[in-house]
Amino acid sequence: MVNPEAVNCEQVWREISNYLEGDVDAGLRAAMDTHFRTCARCKSVLEGTSNVVRLYGDERMIEVPAGFGRRLERRLARSRRVRSNWATWSSWMIPVAAMLLMAGGLKVASSRTVPHPLLSAHAQPAHGIPPDMAVVVSSGAKEFHVVGCEFIHNKDKERTLTAREAEREGYVPCVRCMRKYLETASAGKIALDSEADAVADAGEERVPGGR
Amino acid sequence: MAEANALLNNPAGTISEQELIAQVQRGQNELFYELVRPYERRVYAAALAILRNEADAEDVAQEAMLKALANIRQFRAEARFSTWLIQITVNEALMRRRRGRNAIMEGIDDHRDEEGEYTPRDFADWREIPSEALERKEVRQKLAQALATLDRKYREVFVLRDMEQLNIQETAEALGISIASVKTRLLRARLMLRDLLARGWEQGWFSRLPFEKGTKPW
Repeated sequence: MVNPEAVNCEQVWREISNYLEGDVDAGLRAAMDTHFRTCARCKSVLEGTSNVVRLYGDERMIEVPAGFGRRLERRLARSRRVRSNWATWSSWMIPVAAMLLMAGGLKVASSRTVPHPLLSAHAQPAHGIPPDMAVVVSSGAKEFHVVGCEFIHNKDKERTLTAREAEREGYVPCVRCMRKYLETASAGKIALDSEADAVADAGEERVPGGR
Repeated sequence: MAEANALLNNPAGTISEQELIAQVQRGQNELFYELVRPYERRVYAAALAILRNEADAEDVAQEAMLKALANIRQFRAEARFSTWLIQITVNEALMRRRRGRNAIMEGIDDHRDEEGEYTPRDFADWREIPSEALERKEVRQKLAQALATLDRKYREVFVLRDMEQLNIQETAEALGISIASVKTRLLRARLMLRDLLARGWEQGWFSRLPFEKGTKPW
């Protein structure tokens, strides 16, 4: 038990927050109550602190920007639509993809000439390359090339086809000759450059967490 | 879907929060906004207390709500839903701040000594300030400005405990600090705000009418 006589102002100030919380034992509470009756300064601190807790605890003290609720509701609805679209899409797309993979697997099993859908793990399909452009591929390689490219491997096994067909077979553009081709192909050099960069970047190893 | 619409259109609002939570946990996500609407202001205030930037606070509040929706099945009925939401928000806001450019500065602030005693300065004769004073926008602004002058560590604890109504332990858990730290910071925040309010008291912030002090409005 705390002796009421022993509680001085400093002790009261130290405990005043706990007092408001109801987090002081009965003895200390009684001692503080006695102190408040006789000490105007501490009574002032108690009343002021109570005002602080009561005023700031009022719901009206929380102000949100105009339209906050509406924007939150919209964002939640948008995320629902995305989820729902994904759910709808995945509900039929996943089985379809599975069937396609199975069919592809069967076809691969029956004919070794059909390449893997993506021959290079690092590459992305090309953009900006005219689909009817004549390109060269060679069996055992992963890239398609401008006719005459010096980087064609297995030249004795090369065949010519359109870029569209090459892409369809899973070949990706050669980062050297195709970039050069795209850079010089038309007057839209700058626009094509970014495409070519993307093509070149596609051939590089991705850094985890990189953009 | 019909059930969901019936719930949404229930004007009497007779669905309990528990029931709403159960509905959302069963996949009726369209009810989620109804569930969080009563707390959206508190969620925003919690984010603002940590980030001190309205745009960031709003974005984090939205992110936190999306996260809460995504994890709604992990919510357990023994916890208070509002507390759960606010804890998610505080976590999101703290992560956002850590990623932000001010992280180093804020870190320095965090390590300052907080054990020193705080002595109240003003012993004016107080009386209870009526809550009606908060009807006046300038009073609310003055209080918000006073709060904004507090150091981060005091402001955060004060907002979570006294404005968000988390208890001491929940405040400690949300901020990742000890209960003793919460108590120390809370004491200091309350005493500092009391001193700041005392100044306003003398300047007549809380007078019912702006011309009560003798100055006429015309």
